[in-house]
Amino acid sequence: MSNYLYLAFIPLLPLATFVLLGLFGRKYFAKTAGMIGTASLLTSTLLSFVAAKQYFFEDGKINGAYQKIIAFKYTWLEFSPNVSIDMGIIVDPISVMMLIVVTSVSLMVHIFSLGYMKGEARFATYYAFLSLFTFSMLGLILSSNIFQVYMFWELVGVSSFLLIGYYFDKPSAVAASKKAFIVTRFADLGFLIGILILGFYGGTMDISLLIEKLTVTSSPAFINITTASFLGASMLTWGLTLIFIGGAGKSAMFPLHIWLPDAMEGPTPVSALIHAATMVVAGVYLVARLFPVYSMDETALTIVTYVGAFSALLAAIIACTQTDIKRVLAYSTMSQIGYMMFALGISKNGGENGLGYMASMFHLFTHAFFKSLLFLGAGSVIHMVHSNEMKDMGGLRKLMPVTHIAFLIACLAIAGIPPFAGFFSKEEILLAAFHANKLIYGIALFTAALTSFYMFRLYFSIFWSKESTLHNNHGEGPWTMKLPLIILAICAAGVGFVPFSQFVTSDGIALATHIDLLFSIAPVGLTVVAILLAASFYKNQNNKPEKAALAFGGFYTAAHKKFYVDEVYLFMTKKIIFPLIGQPIAWADKNIVDGFMLGLANTTAKISASIKALQSGKVQNYALFFFGGVLALSILFIYIWK
Amino acid sequence: MNEIPLTHILFVSTALFFIGMYGLFTRRNIITMLMSIELMLNSVNINFVAFNKYLFPDKLDGVFFSLFIITIAAAEAAVAIAIIINLYRSHNSIDVDDATEMKY
Repeated sequence: MSNYLYLAFIPLLPLATFVLLGLFGRKYFAKTAGMIGTASLLTSTLLSFVAAKQYFFEDGKINGAYQKIIAFKYTWLEFSPNVSIDMGIIVDPISVMMLIVVTSVSLMVHIFSLGYMKGEARFATYYAFLSLFTFSMLGLILSSNIFQVYMFWELVGVSSFLLIGYYFDKPSAVAASKKAFIVTRFADLGFLIGILILGFYGGTMDISLLIEKLTVTSSPAFINITTASFLGASMLTWGLTLIFIGGAGKSAMFPLHIWLPDAMEGPTPVSALIHAATMVVAGVYLVARLFPVYSMDETALTIVTYVGAFSALLAAIIACTQTDIKRVLAYSTMSQIGYMMFALGISKNGGENGLGYMASMFHLFTHAFFKSLLFLGAGSVIHMVHSNEMKDMGGLRKLMPVTHIAFLIACLAIAGIPPFAGFFSKEEILLAAFHANKLIYGIALFTAALTSFYMFRLYFSIFWSKESTLHNNHGEGPWTMKLPLIILAICAAGVGFVPFSQFVTSDGIALATHIDLLFSIAPVGLTVVAILLAASFYKNQNNKPEKAALAFGGFYTAAHKKFYVDEVYLFMTKKIIFPLIGQPIAWADKNIVDGFMLGLANTTAKISASIKALQSGKVQNYALFFFGGVLALSILFIYIWK
Repeated sequence: MNEIPLTHILFVSTALFFIGMYGLFTRRNIITMLMSIELMLNSVNINFVAFNKYLFPDKLDGVFFSLFIITIAAAEAAVAIAIIINLYRSHNSIDVDDATEMKY
């Protein structure tokens, strides 16, 4: 087993940058912060590529299967010899794959921000937050202990809160950051309880040990956790479902997705980093990390499947009706993550049946590239137009050729047109769904068509539609904004050819996959039809979109209003939770708890006020009292108490 | 000539002690208070010497004690005068009633 200790530097470098820029950035590095952050992240990226090369091609494989390697482990907090919170580094196919994804996307975002955020007053702070986020995300990926995952999970939440609320003088951004934090924090409560359940029955918090104990049906831990039941479901189901709730919160699955569209208030490169490629897939990663345990429980997997599929469909429908380009992308992200989720849900562990797992990870991998490209492209467009609304755009293809081509590639990739990246991963997912569950397959197919429709609606509305009315033609932006677009476009076009199934599978053994051309006809055909439809609607301005909207009637309105999920939440909180639970508790707190304490304090104050005259400050008085005391004691001891 | 009995001397020292105590309790001038304390100390000295002379004529412990007390009284007077000077500088008065900062 070779040494992977240098992996520790991958998260630690951004941490060092965060500390440096956070403490001294505004004073000393106001101009150079971007370069410092980028340079440190570039080092991390190179290290991850070195690690990937070493793991995948040199020594990760033993007997034809990739092994889980614990590169480093330090017991941080020990409860008992078995149960402890460790700080460790785990090296296995998915963690190495995620390292590549997170560092490269983060690097692209760092470079893009050099141009996009130039001249911001809090430029150094921005880079400090970016570094903090990258550190937390990388730490999450490398965690070997489930509680360590939880800690980094919360750190990710905090740094995303900071980044979404970066424009803190904008009330909507502040509201969005609070919403994101509270919703995900609420979901994390489920995660914490889930961890405690698994930790209690499994007797350990170490991920590898936990998987070992809970996947052997004859082990005492497994028997305990499956026989103990609560409200008709076994504790295993409860634990896994609760952990999934945590994952669903971060990954914006229905019904915890409401924060994601609002989170678009943050700077656009931040959306590319957090809400496209890294944080939102943390939930998928979490389920994948514990997948061997999930695969032991049908119920939990079914929940994962249906939540994923439903979110994918719902988000795709909503995305068709939104007019803010970043919101469209946000819903599209939610939809694609739904894909990854249900692909995990229909998968089994090991061998040929593990196709869904592989497909999910593959889609995560390709999605990271084309979705961050879409966001950065959108950032580039917003930089040019100074608006998020589609109606302010149109005809930009001549003004921004690089962005146009990059965006087109990304749209083709997400729509799943061969040979772009999305095609390969989506095909695997559809194939897995086809074999596992026909209903899910149908939803997936329909969602795929919707995806290409709304993506090309976006594309045509931005770049075609009408002649540009822009007067402020200041070019596409500096090379720092174009370079990441070009690199990511190359990735979005090419990463589909990575023989992913050779590297990342549920059991580490290479999986033979083949693209079945006959099978591909249905999805690709549907996609092409959807693209043509989008073209006829939006390539030139016409009244077809309005007619279609009218034809759908109430359904369109509902979708446009995001199916009133936000309103339901508001109703639940404002009309039910606040008056029925919050206010009585507040009353009790104010009058009973505080009342008791205040009464205690007031009584003490009154008593002390009445006797404070004794403390006259006149030494002679004190001496007199002292003398009186001595006298009294003398009389007592001499005459009375003989 | 008859020896003066012990009780006479004790009477003198007790009187001295209570005169000192009266001065300490009634006077507000800090120097007078200091003088009163000296009176009390000296009454104790008289006690020591008297008991030594009358009860243990062949020992010197009582005399030593009074020597110690005289030494300490001298040191105490030095410290007290220093405090008094500081008090006078900061309050422009040596009346104890004027220094009331620490009062509740």
